[in-house]
Amino acid sequence: MKTKNLILFVLISSFFLIFLVSIFKILATLQGLDIQNFNLQIIFIFGILISFAHLRIGNKIKIFYKSIIFSFIFVICDGYIIQKLPLWYNIGIFLVLYFFVNKINKYSFEDLKKEHSTQVIFFDFLTLFGILFFSFVIVFPFYMMLITSFKTQIALLVNPLDFSINFGQDLKDLFNSYFVIFKSYKFGKYILTSTIVSVGTVIITLIFAIPAAYAIARLNFFGKTFMSTSILIIYMFPAIVLVIPLYTFFSQLGLRNSIEGLLIVYTATTLPVAIYMLQGYFKSIPKELEEAAILDKLSWFGIISKIIIPLSIPAISSVALYVFMIAWNEFLFSLMFLDNPNSFTLSRAIQYLSGDAETPRQYLMAGSVIVTLPVLFIFVYFEKYLVSGLTAGSVKG
Amino acid sequence: MKDTLANTEKKTAYILTLPAVALVFAIILFPIFANVWISFKEVKLKDIRIPEPRAKKIVKSISEDPSKIKILYKLRNSSLLQEIRDVSFKDKFPKNFEIGELDTRCNYKKYTLNCKFGNWPAKYRENFTVVFETNDGSEINKKALKSTKPKLNGSSDNILLNTTFTLKNFKKVLFDDEFIDLLLTTFYYTFFGTVGSIIFGILTAQMVNQKFYGRTFMRSVLLFPYVAPVVALAYTWELLLDPNSGTLNSLLINYQVIETPINLLGQKYIEINILGFDFKLRLALTTVIMFEIWRYFPLAFLFILARLQAIPKELYEAADVDGASPFQKFFKITLPQITAVISILFMIRFIWNFNKFEDVFLLTGGASGTRTLPINVYQQGFAISDIGMGSAVSIVIVVLLLLFMFFYFKLLGKRVDEN
Repeated sequence: MKTKNLILFVLISSFFLIFLVSIFKILATLQGLDIQNFNLQIIFIFGILISFAHLRIGNKIKIFYKSIIFSFIFVICDGYIIQKLPLWYNIGIFLVLYFFVNKINKYSFEDLKKEHSTQVIFFDFLTLFGILFFSFVIVFPFYMMLITSFKTQIALLVNPLDFSINFGQDLKDLFNSYFVIFKSYKFGKYILTSTIVSVGTVIITLIFAIPAAYAIARLNFFGKTFMSTSILIIYMFPAIVLVIPLYTFFSQLGLRNSIEGLLIVYTATTLPVAIYMLQGYFKSIPKELEEAAILDKLSWFGIISKIIIPLSIPAISSVALYVFMIAWNEFLFSLMFLDNPNSFTLSRAIQYLSGDAETPRQYLMAGSVIVTLPVLFIFVYFEKYLVSGLTAGSVKG
Repeated sequence: MKDTLANTEKKTAYILTLPAVALVFAIILFPIFANVWISFKEVKLKDIRIPEPRAKKIVKSISEDPSKIKILYKLRNSSLLQEIRDVSFKDKFPKNFEIGELDTRCNYKKYTLNCKFGNWPAKYRENFTVVFETNDGSEINKKALKSTKPKLNGSSDNILLNTTFTLKNFKKVLFDDEFIDLLLTTFYYTFFGTVGSIIFGILTAQMVNQKFYGRTFMRSVLLFPYVAPVVALAYTWELLLDPNSGTLNSLLINYQVIETPINLLGQKYIEINILGFDFKLRLALTTVIMFEIWRYFPLAFLFILARLQAIPKELYEAADVDGASPFQKFFKITLPQITAVISILFMIRFIWNFNKFEDVFLLTGGASGTRTLPINVYQQGFAISDIGMGSAVSIVIVVLLLLFMFFYFKLLGKRVDEN
């Protein structure tokens, strides 16, 4: 039993080491280093040796010295196998190993004798593995988007693996793609259109949604339950089904290629979720406040503007942020309704740009960075308010 | 007294909800019904433009006489298919203008030229001239004359409003050779995308539910793919997977995993040999599903995480006392607690993935075996320019969705009864 646990622990930890070193080597390759081999077998043997030695030594040496010794040995052997690598690579490998030894420090011979110890170890390493794997898989495309936008056409073709940025160059050269898309591709105008459409959608949606949400939350009327359930059903309905009829009506009414047309559609598609979220919040406001207001002979307009709105600023702002994000990210309707470059939104403009095979990729990525940044900024900055809304299903997609 | 109060309350409620209801009805519900109507019609993209009578005004001077002028109107019917009935024409002129000879269809009153041209058949064209003279002999300002535009009116049939119906579109959609393939592709895309995103959601939620340094940061990073604009993400992935100089292929070649680049988004099948059996994997479709999972697992992650954090700690403490292993804890405590969330997630994601258009459209455009039903709506409606067909495909989507929801709730209802 004990030997089985020991073997499993050693195997799991060395696989984890392989994973750690491989990720680091991939990142190093992407900085332009010429690494063609992971040397998996050697890392594996090292992993086994280090984990075993760690168990053997136990607490006889302080963890700090132990980590440094192990890491140092590994760095020297690794540096000997793959030669001609810069110092930062070796420091990096050293830190990776240091991290690894610290992680396996939790386990000792005594732990391995316990019941379920292999499962505990397996879960521990799976979590660590997951954290690193998902961070890498998620962040990497964003990282690539950003770096590519700073590159030149030639640099991209010569070595597609070189993701290092030369900060020594002129700022003007570094941001060249951004200058180009603003100058020759009119991105300033597209940003303006996107902003107008998104902010406009937010304002109109709130104007329509606040009274309706108030009525559903507070007033008694025939068809109230029907309305509140149908909101969610309508929200589930696919946009692609609306595209053809809306396209025909909008063509006949001359609303295609116009900001008004987009505003109408965006408002209608975001209204259900805005009403749903707002009415939930309005219900939590104590009724007594309104009863006092009714005694003061305040009209419904007065109640909403003087009591409800000031009390629900957090909810209203989070709905506003959501609607903004939905309208800013929207692509399907802008693809269908806009075919005149003068009325493009940012998303549509980037898609149009990519339609031309001649467009250099760094311009495309610069455009992508511009369209992504505001959304990520809003999301990270207001995360506290937004996460709860996401679970309420506020962003459809 | 009470009755009137209830009445005013009702009235207020209707006033407050009316704008939102009207807008949602006009833009979301009405189009769904309109879809049914259009799907039974033979309508092409070019038919939906309403025919208009048009006139181009050309001002010409007559031989050195500045007080005389000839105006040529190039009249035409904008439609190549439909006639316009009872075309009327109106154009205004300065007060000192007098008209020479006049066409019998027109009259000149109060400085306005009025004409009744009758019916114009499709493709109708006519050059119509009038000659004017100033009554005081003053020079004519040609620019001012050009700037006033004639007004034309006419009535025509709107092809969408007539009552000829046909089953042709549905026959074409349902009996198409590729229809089964289309359904299968859509099903694979939807099903594997949904299951994959839920599995990844469970894994990540379980992960973030543990305590580690940088946990809140990790939570927001995990949500990035879900909140970022699809256009940016799709093009980044396209670049990442590009066979010629994409990062992934270059990396794999660099590490000698593969010898020639794989066109992950442009190759329909790839042959894989596992244990001596040859498999044909739908490569492009798999890649698109991977993108879908990558982009949408954060939703599953959030839902499941919220549920995990609500599980009472006592359950796990009791399990520890009983000496349960981590696997047992996961399968006996965690999983039963999150099944309800998973079944809701499955429905939401299934419906949304079933209707996903942008992701596939941006990545492959529906080529190399990734044509799903929503992509087909677009291709029929706008690439082949057959609005009727596009509508028919949309109706197929709606019917399939309703069927799915029906069976889903029937199954779910049964399970609730059993419990």
